[in-house]
This record gives sequence, structure tokens and C-alpha cells, in this order.
Amino acid sequence: MKRIVADPKKCMACRACELACALAHADTDDLVEAITKKGAKPCIYIESAGALVVPLQCRHCEDAPCMVVCPSGALLRPDEEGPVLVDQAKCIGCAFCVQACPFGVIRLAHGSGADASDKQMAVIKCDLCADRQAEGLEPACVTSCPVGALMFVEVDDSAKMARIRAAAQAAAVVITGRGR
Amino acid sequence: MADKRNRSVDPATLAMIDVATARNMTTPWDRLESQQPQCGFGTMGICCRNCFMGPCRIDPFGEGAQEGICGADADTIVARNLLRHICTGTSAHSDHSRDVVHALALAAEGKSEAYRVRGARKLSKLAEEYGIATDGRSVNEVAKEVAQFLLKEFGKQEGVLANVGRAPEQQRKNWAAAGAVPRGIDREVVTGLHMTHVGADNDAEHVIMGSVRAALADGWGGSMIATDVSDVLFGEPHPLRSRVNLGVIKEDEVNIIVHGHEPTLSDVVVAATRDPQLLALAKEKGAKGINLAGICCTANEILMRHGIPIAGNFLQQELAVMTGAVDVMLVDIQCVFPALVQMQKCFHTKVVSTSAKAKFPGSTYVEFHEEKAMETAKQIVRLAIENYPNRDPDLINIPKQQEPLVAGFTTEVVSEILGGRYRPSYRPLNDGIQTGRLRGVAGVVGCNNPKFPHDESHLAMVKELIRNDVLVVQTGCSAIACGKGGLLAPEAAERFAGKGLQEICRAVGIPPVLHTGSCVDNSRILTACAEMVREGGIGDSFDKLPVAGAAPEWMSEKAIAIGMYFVASGIFVVIGQSLPVQGSRRVVDLLTKDFEKHFGATWAFEPDAIKAAHLMIDRIDRKRADLGLPTPMYQVPYKPKTADSAPKAHAGAKREPVAVAAGSCPGPATAGIEDT
Repeated sequence: MKRIVADPKKCMACRACELACALAHADTDDLVEAITKKGAKPCIYIESAGALVVPLQCRHCEDAPCMVVCPSGALLRPDEEGPVLVDQAKCIGCAFCVQACPFGVIRLAHGSGADASDKQMAVIKCDLCADRQAEGLEPACVTSCPVGALMFVEVDDSAKMARIRAAAQAAAVVITGRGR
Repeated sequence: MADKRNRSVDPATLAMIDVATARNMTTPWDRLESQQPQCGFGTMGICCRNCFMGPCRIDPFGEGAQEGICGADADTIVARNLLRHICTGTSAHSDHSRDVVHALALAAEGKSEAYRVRGARKLSKLAEEYGIATDGRSVNEVAKEVAQFLLKEFGKQEGVLANVGRAPEQQRKNWAAAGAVPRGIDREVVTGLHMTHVGADNDAEHVIMGSVRAALADGWGGSMIATDVSDVLFGEPHPLRSRVNLGVIKEDEVNIIVHGHEPTLSDVVVAATRDPQLLALAKEKGAKGINLAGICCTANEILMRHGIPIAGNFLQQELAVMTGAVDVMLVDIQCVFPALVQMQKCFHTKVVSTSAKAKFPGSTYVEFHEEKAMETAKQIVRLAIENYPNRDPDLINIPKQQEPLVAGFTTEVVSEILGGRYRPSYRPLNDGIQTGRLRGVAGVVGCNNPKFPHDESHLAMVKELIRNDVLVVQTGCSAIACGKGGLLAPEAAERFAGKGLQEICRAVGIPPVLHTGSCVDNSRILTACAEMVREGGIGDSFDKLPVAGAAPEWMSEKAIAIGMYFVASGIFVVIGQSLPVQGSRRVVDLLTKDFEKHFGATWAFEPDAIKAAHLMIDRIDRKRADLGLPTPMYQVPYKPKTADSAPKAHAGAKREPVAVAAGSCPGPATAGIEDT
């Protein structure tokens, strides 16, 4: 099960991921056109927390609150280990999912990416770039990050990476006798 | 850009890209790939780094921050950034210009053996125009006073630039109404930068007019003075034949490539390579001679005046070194890649930097001073000769491509060719346009940019224009591109031009595409337009002429200044990639629509070279219709649109309402934007 993992220590808040995300979900290959003509919106967010900057996007929760509260069955997970997706045709725009999401990464807004003049609201959320994955590509935000703060990895691997970091830290304490 | 075959349309360039790959060396194309994705905020012009409460960014999605910490909105930030770019562009051309005038002053005072007045006719013309007496005075006395007069134009504190008087009355009125008459060259840059300081000018339209003024100080000031004085000092160019592309590099001779912009050094190097002692030294080292060739605009300068061949344009600078046969790459200022120095690790080439304004760590630095120009030039030629034996024969790889070309067309020369030496005149050109044999004239200029396949847009656009009977004038790297594509040879008329243009070319013996020099020589296009207006019959101001301009592969800040001074002078300009202004609807509308009201011309952004050529032709046809000129005399592939389908002249130029962000206070600041 692959997920997007962020390293807040690396993020420089350049917001390249936001732009790449909007472009990836628009009906064009041109960034300026995507934003000015297609009304594309990103579904990854750069939020600051003190000195750190944290890129946030849908975690595609195992027991997803958004799916539980959706009264029209518009939020679904076609593939057991895959992303939570939106069926815009079924969505009634009640915004329950927006309220239920503990990370605040689901929005109800204009931003279909097809046409800026489209007045229809849509649920905007990360789809793990399902289209790009089908072509063997990583999600756009991951590819766009110039400093490698975003990674698309197996969840297990990210846990392993965290363990290695923790072990290195512990070892440093043992060897030097100094903690952080 | 996965397929390297798409990087250029020039076979010599593609061959050298293969060499780069084989030798594991990076090229601008590789570095462009490693820069992906490029920052969208910079692309759209909505990143402000002008004070250090910031940096600030406007959220282009319209939901996050719509103003910086000081309250500057996207319109202000975009306009200020554009003004800063233009100040840099104007500075580059004008500082180059100042050096040329300084060299004229030295020549006049006999303080430099390398320089003397070689264009006495042009000197007298300038003296007359500026009210400087010539009767009974020596050339040097006149030259000294002209140089002093022009040096003062840079620091002028009162009045307006003298060359503003060369523009038609309508243009001068437009500039006055917009508050954009250039008063001094340096001053407009300083005032422009001042306007962009935190808490200074934040009226986007007013900032843009400041950028117009700074750009006009370039076109009608710095650049125009550089062209005029270079003609006085190094001689007026005349049509001559030469060759272009990497194939001009010679395996059995010492090769020196000059790269950069100023003619003050390169012109003297031409003489130094003919020095008998140095030639003898070259023979002694086993070389058959000394071969000089150029890249970028310094190449255009010595091509125009001496017929020195051109090795390539902007994107070929590293490729020239990769031939393994360049003994010295002599650089001065502007458009020189820092990456060149890295090439020395692989090849024997010595990169010699010369300007106190542009140092390149790792290069051999020989500081250039006009006072000892010849001494410096000889020293550098000697360095090249001494480096010749260090070549590694296994690394030598010179592509064979080279094309013949004709260059050396100037405002004065065109007049002589058309009207004859005893009665020079633009009459035949204007007649050609009036009868419809010629549809109009287009300037295609500017850089290379690895975002576009190298040279492709220049060639496609120019071919489309000439097959539709539009005469093309060129400068800079665009001219070099078309030279390599065979469009600057007289034979090009038969192969590529429409019937009407062919007839003109045959009658007066010119190619369908005229090389008019370096990027400061874009000012020649302004003075040529002034001559066309003066001759009469095709419009009494620039904005009425059936002419248009383009820079399809532009990349530099100088290109922005050039584009702006052409548009503000009434000439429609289409460029390949957009200016970095897309973050502000208001600035985009101002440049691409409302400028028509202010200056009689607009900017357009169109990456497709053929579509861009058609925009130019549409403009030309519209101007022909306004003047009551007939449709083109012969069948043309791109037909004129019917009069009623042509867009009406700024029908009340719609301005979109300014969006007020939800929850923000619609106080007087926002209300004031919609001025009436």
C-alpha cells in the first residue's frame, strides 16, 4: 500500500507541489492556462506549524470518516488498498465529508480543472494521481518537489525508514553520550 | 524532452549534442530538464522579493493570500517585476553603448592607437543633427564634441533624449500623454528601480508606463547611440558575404571564438589576427593561419563590418568548445554561460574573460581597457596560438555544416541599394508596399531558448512571412539562425519567397531576409521605420505602417526591453513564451489590449511560430486596409481576412471588474483601482 509521505524538515514551502497538483488535475499541459483558464485547484496544502512547514493531503484513511458520513455514496474506494475517490455525479454537495475529515484536506469548491467558468461546486481531494499511476508515474506533487521532501512509498517502508532514523539517533546518544 | 532529436533543427547542433552525451557533459537542454518543474510563481510574475518583510507570493488560485505584507496585490507585483526586468535590459544595452562612446572619445583625443573614426560620413550626419559645427574642423574635433554630447545623454538631468526627435510626431505625442518620454538613459533606470522599492509606486498602470519610459531610453537612447557610434568608430557596414555555423571552425588553423556583445574588443581582435608577427608565430606552432569566428552579437558586429564568419548562436556556445578545436574562447559581457568554464576540464580550450563587468571564475582573466585595446587583443591572440599545440587530436570533432550568407544591411545601406548611391531613397520600398508587390515588413529578432527546439521557431516564422511576400529584417541570434537555415543568401528568394518579394529581391539584388546586425542594432529597425514614414505614402506614424515584429525564442531581459520599446513606438510585437505577467489579468489586458489606445500597438504571446506569423500578417493586412492599400498583388498562401472579420480597433477595450476577495474590506484602496 503506497502513500505520500512528507518530511517537514526538508520542505522549503516553495509550493511547487501545489502548482504541479493543480496542473495534473487540469485539462491542459500548460500551468498558466490551467490556473487562469481552467480554474484548476490543488489538493495538497502547505501549512506552517511554528518553524516547520507541513505538506498535507488526503491520507486515504483505512476507516475513512468521509466515506462513512457521505449520504449519497459519492466517496468510494474501488481498490481495497487504493485511494478514496469521488464520484462527482453522485455528490450532492452537502459538505459532510469536509466536516468529517480530521486533516481538513477535503474541500467543496469551484475547481474542476476543466473550465474556469464552470460554476458547479465539486469535492476536491487527492486521488493519489490515479491517472498518472496508471501510466507508471508517481503522483505529481512527489515528482515536482525540488528537495525530495515528498516521497511515494509503501507505508511499511516509511515505518522502516522512521525506525532507521530513530535507531541512528539512539546510537548517537550511546556513542557520544549526548542527547538532543 | 526525452527525444534529443527534438532539441534543435540544426544538424550541426544535433551532432554536437551527441558528442556531449558521449563525453558525459551537460548542455543547456540537460540543465533545463534538471530544473523541472520551474517555479510557477516566477513564471507568472507573482513572487515579490523587493523587501524583506517578504518574500511574498500571491496565491494564483485566488484563495490564499491576494496581497503581500505591504498590501501590494498581484497587479502591482507583476508590474514592478516587469519594470525591474526592463531596467536590467536597458542597462545592459546602454552600458555597452557608454563604452562605445567612451572609445570614440579616446579615438578623438588620440589616446588609443586601436581606434580612429572610420565612418566620417555618419559622424557628420550626427554632428549636423545635434547642432555641432563641422565647417573647418577636423574629424577628431567633431568626433570629440559628438562623443561628449552623447556621453551627457546617459546622465542627462534636464529635457529629453536628443534622439526622441527622430520619432514621428504621433509617437512623441503618445509618449508624452503616457508620461513616458525618456529624459535621460541612466535616469530612467534609476527612477524605474526607485518606483519598485517597497512602498513606492503601486499603481500597476503607472508602473508599466515607467517600464515603457525605461525601454524607450534603451531603443531611442542607449541602443541607438551604440549603433550610431559603432558605425562612426568601426565604419558603416555594407553588404558582404560570409559563412555561418560550426563548420567555419578550421582544423588546421588557430581558432579564436569571440562571444559576447561589445565591438570595442572584437573589432580590434580582427586586426590583431592579421598581425604579421602573430601569423608567423602561428606558423611556427604548426598552424596554417589564424581563424577568427564569433558567437552571439559581438559576432554580428564583426560580421557586419569585416565579414568575419559566425560559428553559431546563443545555444551553440558550449558546442563550439566541444569541437575540440577552439584554442581561445574570448568572452566579454551578456549571454555568456558560466557553464563554459567547466568545459575546460574536458577540452584544451582557454576561456578568456575580459570585462571588469563580468568575471568568470576559472577563466583566464585579461582585463580589457580601451586605452590599450591593441595590446590586449594581441596578448589574447598570442594565448590562442600558444594553446594550439595543446589540442588533443582524439577530441577534435568539427561538424561540416556551414552556410553562405549576406549581411551588412543598415538604414543607410538599404536606402542606397533601393535608390542608388547618388539618390538614396526609400521610395522603391514604399512603392513596393503601396502596389502590393510587398505586403509589408517584419522584424524577427531575439534569442534562443531551450524551452523551444533550437532555431525552429525562427526558421518556421521567417519562411512563413517571406512566402507571404513580407520582407523580413533581422538581428541577433535570430539572424544567425536564419543564416544557418540558408535564408540570408540571395538564392533564398527563389526557394522560399512569394512572387512579389521575389521580384523585389531580383530587381535590387537583396536576399528576402536582411541581416541588420546585433541586438543593439534593433535601433536600425526604428530608424528604417522613420525613413519609411518620412518617404510617405504608407502612413505618417509608426502605428500606421504595415509592419510587425517578433521574438519567437526570446529568453533575456534585454529582449523584454526591446519588445517594449517597439510596442511603445507603435509596432505590434508577438513573442513566443509569455512575459512573466500572467498572474495579473489587469497587466495582461493592459499590454495585449489597452496599449492599442496608448501607443497604437500591443504585445501578443503565441508559442506556435506559424500562428504568430499569421498574427503579424493579420496586423499588416489591417494596416494596409486602413491606409486604403490594395490586397497583395499576387496569390499568397495566407489570404488576407475580409475587412469585416478583422477585429475592430479597441472597441471600448473591455476591462474586467476587479475581483475583491471574499471577506476583504472593499475600502478606498480597492475602489480606486477602477479609475474612470
